[in-house]
Amino acid sequence: MKMIAKEELSLKERMARMRVVEGSYAVAHAVKCCSPDVISAYPITPQTHIVEHLSQFVADGELDSEFLTVDSEFSAMSSLVGASAAGARCYSSTTSQGLALMWEVLYNAAGMRLPIVMTVANRALSAPLNIWNDHQDSVGARDSGWIQLYAEDVQEAADAIPQAYKIAEDPEIRTPVMVCMDGFILTHVYEPVELLSVEEVERFLPPYRPEHILDPENPKTFGAFADPSYFTELRYMQWDAHRRALNKIETVAREFAEEFGRWYGGLIDTYRADDAEVMIVTMGSVIGTIKDCIDVMRSEGMKVGLVKIRSYRPFPTEALRKALKDAEVVAVIEKDVTVGNEGALLTDLKAALYNTPTRIPVIGFPAGLGGRDITVRDIRRVVDRAIAARDRGIEAEMEFLSLREDLL
Amino acid sequence: MEKLLAPGHRACAGCAMPTVINLVLEAAGPNTIVATPTGCSEVTTTPYPESAWRVPWINSLFENAAAVASGIESALKHFGKNHNVFVIAGDGSTLDIGMGCISGMFDRGHNVKYVCYDNEAYMNTGVQRSSSTPPCTSTTTTPSGKVSFGNPRPKKDMPAIAVAHRVPYVATASVAYPVDLRRKVRRAISIPGPAYIQVNAPCITGWSFEAGTTVEIARLAVETCLWPLYEYVNGELAGVKKIHVKRPVEDYLKAQGRYRHLFRMKGGEEMIRVLQQLADENARKFGLLYEGDVACTSGE
Amino acid sequence: MKITVAALTEPGSTVVNKTGGWRTFVPVVNHRRCIKCSLCEIYCPEGCIHQIDGLFVPDLDYCKGCGVCAHECPRKAIEMVLEEK
Ligand SMILES: Cc1ncc(C[n+]2csc(CCOP(=O)(O)OP(=O)(O)O)c2C)c(N)n1
Ligand code: SF4
Ligand code: SF4
Ligand code: SF4
Ligand SMILES: [Mg+2]
Repeated sequence: MKMIAKEELSLKERMARMRVVEGSYAVAHAVKCCSPDVISAYPITPQTHIVEHLSQFVADGELDSEFLTVDSEFSAMSSLVGASAAGARCYSSTTSQGLALMWEVLYNAAGMRLPIVMTVANRALSAPLNIWNDHQDSVGARDSGWIQLYAEDVQEAADAIPQAYKIAEDPEIRTPVMVCMDGFILTHVYEPVELLSVEEVERFLPPYRPEHILDPENPKTFGAFADPSYFTELRYMQWDAHRRALNKIETVAREFAEEFGRWYGGLIDTYRADDAEVMIVTMGSVIGTIKDCIDVMRSEGMKVGLVKIRSYRPFPTEALRKALKDAEVVAVIEKDVTVGNEGALLTDLKAALYNTPTRIPVIGFPAGLGGRDITVRDIRRVVDRAIAARDRGIEAEMEFLSLREDLL
Repeated sequence: MEKLLAPGHRACAGCAMPTVINLVLEAAGPNTIVATPTGCSEVTTTPYPESAWRVPWINSLFENAAAVASGIESALKHFGKNHNVFVIAGDGSTLDIGMGCISGMFDRGHNVKYVCYDNEAYMNTGVQRSSSTPPCTSTTTTPSGKVSFGNPRPKKDMPAIAVAHRVPYVATASVAYPVDLRRKVRRAISIPGPAYIQVNAPCITGWSFEAGTTVEIARLAVETCLWPLYEYVNGELAGVKKIHVKRPVEDYLKAQGRYRHLFRMKGGEEMIRVLQQLADENARKFGLLYEGDVACTSGE
Repeated sequence: MKITVAALTEPGSTVVNKTGGWRTFVPVVNHRRCIKCSLCEIYCPEGCIHQIDGLFVPDLDYCKGCGVCAHECPRKAIEMVLEEK
């Protein structure tokens, strides 16, 4: 995050607005400021605190929303399909097994072009059961048609909520948005956060006024089935909306920066990338560690930079091509692995660079799976491997980071 | 008067389901939003870019209509809007795959009126057994065969499940009793909170009966006491449709291809006797017969 | 036609689909026998029997010839007749 000077608010005033809160509280508070009409969610670690805080807001009369204590995540998302079609601004949050249980409804909500916003508190997927953070859950849902934004820190996870609504509800986009934040690492951490207010958010986010809703005065049919003569075009329209979202995500990020003075990048962000020879590409909270590490390596004279993926879907192909065109080697660190292939982001990134003049080695590192720490040593190892790949050619395209060989 | 389900839909000629839908909508009126899960009623009425529905309508998935309707009702409540919210769903989506969502919807007390048109199998996918399929019925996944009389299991008692959820209004109905069906829909609307109505809706394709006899088959189901008509208000049995002349179950069974094997296979009579016992038990349990009529109950 | 976002569809638009072509037998109403009980109109799965000037008339644009009306008519006022096309 960069703080941008805002005319009305001095930095001092802004520091005074800071409160030390739990990450889940910050997100719940941001949701409250967007005044959703219907909230529907189901408890699952490490997402639970978000809905508990929201329930408390409703119980205290601070938030006028219908809060549905549903019977499952599947019902949670299904009920929001109905509520959204009836014209409601809708919110849910989940993780891991809950997201997996929603799978069928995710595609449906996106295909029906319902601008639902959901926080995914990223967590590993069973088996084996594991409640800690990685990105396998949301990466597995990357083809569902949802826009996916990944947050680096608590402030970004919270600020991404009004941005997500603004993107999702735009008549040109009409696509649901997942805001992904690392489970425990961000949901349970206490950090100083600048909390939004309803009035500020209202200035930034227009009310939700969909063109068509379920309405006896204008009784449209939602969810007709399409045979082969129409299906392709309906998918194309979704695809095209994602293409438009490439601009929209950037615009909304800028508008947010103007209104609130905080900037996290648009589709991507970069760190010390200008003259970087080794580029690390990643997403989520590990970015904090990587930045610190880059600072140290820079002080040692190593030209290392970072590209943060903020929007994984739509995939920022052009932005990445531009950001990586002068790099000499790219290393992807990602908290997922496609069993049977390699990390999903690695595949996506290589594909993005393939039809371009950029001919550099790209290697990938599934890391932090099931909550394993990604340490400074790990990141140094990644950079060493990258330099070796540049200088001596690729030895292994993909390597599990900090794999405990002693256990195998 | 223009029906709220328009003609031009693709339901098989003689299907009871469109009639059920029109009777429900007639009673509910145009100020009604309908959620329908995947199944015959959905695929036959909404082939894009057409729709037979003249009320606002939504399909999301096969198993989530109750949750979708919960969301609609919550949004309307939030906006202070007053429309009826209905689910109109097949038995498979109701008694089987949608059970969790329905239980949740009942449990949360949404003001949603859930109508299941019961054709006693998964018709849209080609007549496979559902938990609403009666015993001894031949379906494509419980076919009768040299060593099988068809579906080995009893029909799941969904109305009882609804009553157990303290759903304030629960009823059975039949396409053959349109006045009764419309009255039950209106009564369901008049009682705040969830309602559940299960309507017998013969499927000519899956049950294979003679063209034109759809309604007669449904009437026979009632007259044999295999399909008792009753309503529960706040957990109490509040009314039954009495039967003047109780017909033997054979009259109902022999009219349908799905029971043909019972009349051909060795041991079929024993199975018919079992079904007759089910009917007799219904008659006793719900008090379907007039005093003094009991003597002529059995078909034997 | 232009495709609609999310396949949003107009109410009652199946009326463009004239299902009358499905028919083999056509219902013929003997209006003199009719007692105007309207059961045929209620039971018709197509909702295509209309009361026109007091007479119950099947709309042959949509009638699929299922025979339910004829079977249910208490006066046997409707006969299903093989249709010559
Ligand atoms: C999750 C899922 N599983 C299976 C199906 C396939 N499917 C579609 S409709 C249907 C059967 C519908 O049966 P029912 O609810 O009784 O309605 P009917 O077609 O009999 O009117 C099935 C199995 C599906 N669409 N979705
Ligand atoms: S298969 Fe059965 S339920 Fe489905 S449309 Fe045909 S008759 Fe109706
Ligand atoms: S069912 Fe027969 S008697 Fe009744 S209105 Fe129709 S044609 Fe007339
Ligand atoms: S034959 Fe069937 S479709 Fe035709 S009018 Fe009679 S009931 Fe309706
Ligand atoms: Mg069925």
